[in-house]
Amino acid sequence: MTEPFIHIAGVRKTYRKGEEEFLAISDASFDVEAGELVSLVGPSGCGKTTLLKILAGLHDYDAGEVRIGTREHPFDPSRDVGMVFQQPLLLKWRRVLQNVLLPSEILGLPGRESRERACELLAMVGLAGFEDKYPYELSGGMQQRAAIARALVHDPKLVLMDEPFGALDALTREKMNLELLAIWQRSKKTIVFVTHGISEAVFLGTRVVVFTAGPARMADNISIQLPYPRTLDLKTHEAFGDYTRRIYRLLGME
Amino acid sequence: MKVSGDTVRRYGLGLLSHVLLVAIWYVGVKYGRVPAFVMPTPTATVATLGGENYNWLGNTLVTASEIFGGYFLAVVAGVLLAMSFTWSRTAEDAVMPLLVSLNMVPKVALGPLVIVWLSYGIVPNMIIAFSICFFPILLTTARGLREVEPELLDLVRSLRGSKWQIFTKIQLPGALPYIFSGMKVGAILAVAGAIVGEFLGSSRGLGYLMLQVQVTLDTAGMFMAVILITLIGVALYGIVIGLERLIVVRDARVQ
Repeated sequence: MTEPFIHIAGVRKTYRKGEEEFLAISDASFDVEAGELVSLVGPSGCGKTTLLKILAGLHDYDAGEVRIGTREHPFDPSRDVGMVFQQPLLLKWRRVLQNVLLPSEILGLPGRESRERACELLAMVGLAGFEDKYPYELSGGMQQRAAIARALVHDPKLVLMDEPFGALDALTREKMNLELLAIWQRSKKTIVFVTHGISEAVFLGTRVVVFTAGPARMADNISIQLPYPRTLDLKTHEAFGDYTRRIYRLLGME
Repeated sequence: MKVSGDTVRRYGLGLLSHVLLVAIWYVGVKYGRVPAFVMPTPTATVATLGGENYNWLGNTLVTASEIFGGYFLAVVAGVLLAMSFTWSRTAEDAVMPLLVSLNMVPKVALGPLVIVWLSYGIVPNMIIAFSICFFPILLTTARGLREVEPELLDLVRSLRGSKWQIFTKIQLPGALPYIFSGMKVGAILAVAGAIVGEFLGSSRGLGYLMLQVQVTLDTAGMFMAVILITLIGVALYGIVIGLERLIVVRDARVQ
């Protein structure tokens, strides 16, 4: 067996709020191979966002092991993480291109190459010609695409997405799902995708890790054996229905 | 930029209302048999500009320097102090409540004290103008610097960005609309502060001039002084708005 790109074993995290202790994650264990797109799905408060922040190096944890990177795919925590959030969080005072360049500025990457790369990425997410627009001139979906380009501009090995399409309308969301799959297949990044959309989790993921809340715990780790490239037809297939039903059952929503 | 018909219409109507006010003033005084010491006509008011004894230019320059000086000091001090809060949470938690309390002190009530401490002249009036517009600038700037999306901080921290990078790339540009919003409020207050200072005690300036001509019921002179004070305020406000247009992206402005 090859070494996994991400190895998470027995991770536990508690928050203290005054006297009370609040369990955010208990005993999360799963592996992610390089180049996988893993969905973390579950209700609010199940610890999926906390786990994402642990992967980003923003939170520590109380017990367990988190290891990212292999000899083949070394991981530098200071420059190999790209993040996308529910809100695009573009800087209002910067044009789209300058927004995409933010991570490379922070990392001090050479300007000319970064600009070229940012333009390529904007073209890849369908925003060619919008480089000099301000965020307010873009629709919500376009802003989120720019945010995805920003997450890729420093060529990170791991992209962490926290409900990136949660604020979009249903149709735009489906469209963005397809585009994310295309971006993923072209960029060959490892993506960890947090969502509470079960169908979205199955549709995108090579694997779906299911979390339940109250108490927070990891309920299952399901490999999704559906071929890529995936199209929206897939959602009507029996196997797709089987996976989503299984997850609904795990979340007690049958 | 192309000037649209709508823009022309808006500016036209705005100008029209100003002209109309002056017209009503003129007609009302002229045909309403209002005594000149109660209300002079616009023409009589403007005619005072030719008067020898007013020293309009000198007095206007004095008042303007008090306003601009006090205001400039307030912007520099207010913005710098607010910035220092972003570096030390403890300083902010300790100093902020004090500043909020001090903000409640009616600054014009300090006027007589300032004059006791610093005597008559441009500087004490500058200080009064400063004290009255300092707090709104400080408080809005501090608020703007604090108003950062926590996830944006996560993004920068995930790249191990420094505090300085967060400040220069996120906090400061993000706070600019707030700074300008405070500066606009402050611009209006600074004018009031300087004039109150001149009323309380001074030997030069438009406020001082108003008290002088009041004695002789020279209402036209007082009107002219008020108009000039207003124009100084308009000039200051215009400079601030111009800078805002130049620096702050349209959508980011605080309305």
